[in-house]
Amino acid sequence: MKGYDFLYFFREGVKSIFSHGFMSFAAVSVILACLLIIGSFTLLSMNIDMIVSEAESSTEIIAFVDEKLSLSEARSIGSRINRIENVANSIFVTRDQAFEEYTEELGEDSYLLEGLEDEPILRHRYRIFIEDVSLTEETSNKIYSIPGIARVNPSLEISQAIVNFKNILSAVTYILAAILVGVSVFIISNTVKLTTFDRRDEIAIMKMVGATNAFIRWPFVFEGFILGTLGGSLAFGAQWLIYNYTVDKISVGQTLINLVDFQTIAVPMLVLFIIAGFIVGIGGSVLTIRKFMKV
Amino acid sequence: MVRFSGVHLTYGNGTKAIKGIDFRVDDGEFIFLIGPSGSGKSTIVKLITGELRPTHGRVIVNGFNVGSLRQSVIPKLRRTVGVIFQDFRLIEKKTVYENVEFAMRVIGADRRNIKERVPVILDLVGLSHKKNRFPHELSGGEQQRVAIARALINNPRTIIADEPTGNLDPVRSKEIIYLLEKINSLGTTVITVTHERDIVNSLSKRVIAIDGGRIISDQIGGYFAL
Repeated sequence: MKGYDFLYFFREGVKSIFSHGFMSFAAVSVILACLLIIGSFTLLSMNIDMIVSEAESSTEIIAFVDEKLSLSEARSIGSRINRIENVANSIFVTRDQAFEEYTEELGEDSYLLEGLEDEPILRHRYRIFIEDVSLTEETSNKIYSIPGIARVNPSLEISQAIVNFKNILSAVTYILAAILVGVSVFIISNTVKLTTFDRRDEIAIMKMVGATNAFIRWPFVFEGFILGTLGGSLAFGAQWLIYNYTVDKISVGQTLINLVDFQTIAVPMLVLFIIAGFIVGIGGSVLTIRKFMKV
Repeated sequence: MVRFSGVHLTYGNGTKAIKGIDFRVDDGEFIFLIGPSGSGKSTIVKLITGELRPTHGRVIVNGFNVGSLRQSVIPKLRRTVGVIFQDFRLIEKKTVYENVEFAMRVIGADRRNIKERVPVILDLVGLSHKKNRFPHELSGGEQQRVAIARALINNPRTIIADEPTGNLDPVRSKEIIYLLEKINSLGTTVITVTHERDIVNSLSKRVIAIDGGRIISDQIGGYFAL
């Protein structure tokens, strides 16, 4: 037995794709559709996650400084606040700046504050941004324990709402992703089964003339490789077009929502799609022909 | 050489298909294996090709002990045995040439050998002029000749023809039997399984008659009287 002629196997794989045209079309279509569904869902969850992260990063804790402290003493607390774990950064706001902001906030009603400019009705304060909103309460307590901090306003309700939303989102994402992957595997394996079932007689004849399992398998490997890679590549192209079209539609007339730029994830997505198509194509055909080999 | 010694075969469902068979076919012989449907003829073919293993006894085919053969060695056994079926079993998507060629590919033959040998064998079976046709474009007799060419291409020591004329008219049947005789005259052992009385009776060959999983007669020039 001499070495295998891989050029022959490759040629046989290509010929088989065309001679079983409909089944090849079905296999590519199913791989394309499943990858497109999973890809679209992934992009959707990435975008939601990004929007939530933006909301998360704008959530702040206000720490009021004891009015007995001088301006320089109040400023010196900042370094201790920044050293606390989970604090991303903090901005010191003097009572004068706070008064200006408050006046602006009141708008037409700002006359209520007239004459109070020189009165110490407001405190110096820190606007503190944190990394993980789920630890808001814990971080607030640590800030409150710093000497010179009179009160902390942690906006716990907003933090809790974001945390709850993120938890629900990740649970839904995992469950739906698992269902989608499961459904895709089921559909793809059935399609592959159908394509190989179509060729059980061919396999039996090959066995009868003395073909080894490897000899029978190689053309299927090449065929699975070509179909899988083709399905993966087409799914990537379709995903790109559909996503950009959708983003264009959403972006028209508004700039409030930042969406994930496809260019930033194009390479990993292309690689994942091709690998997924490759594994499904080769794995599917090799696993399914196994049962027809036992002749 | 094919040798059965005290062979029994019982299927998983308990059916006893072969009940103690002994016979020997020497190299270069031409024999008919005859018997009614369900007598065990096809089981014997499957034992020779390694598709089944004996429950008891020994089956030796061209030096291979089928009963103790590892699964990975079965392809090697099959390369010494060319099989021809009643329903031809050609690959519909391959041309006549490709159907014969791929049997050589299976054993790892190089391209030069393939290019030299396939036309010779197609010429032997009289199909050189139809090498680019697909099976569905051929008559039954022609399809069977492609199957014979495929069985012959690797120069097997034994040819087993399982009801080779079952789907053919009398004229085409005689052509196929003539071809098998010709192959036998070139030194290949031929075992022909059939239940066609006329063919058996027209030739003076050794006839092994099977019934109920047992050999009921084994004689040269045996008359098909079942």
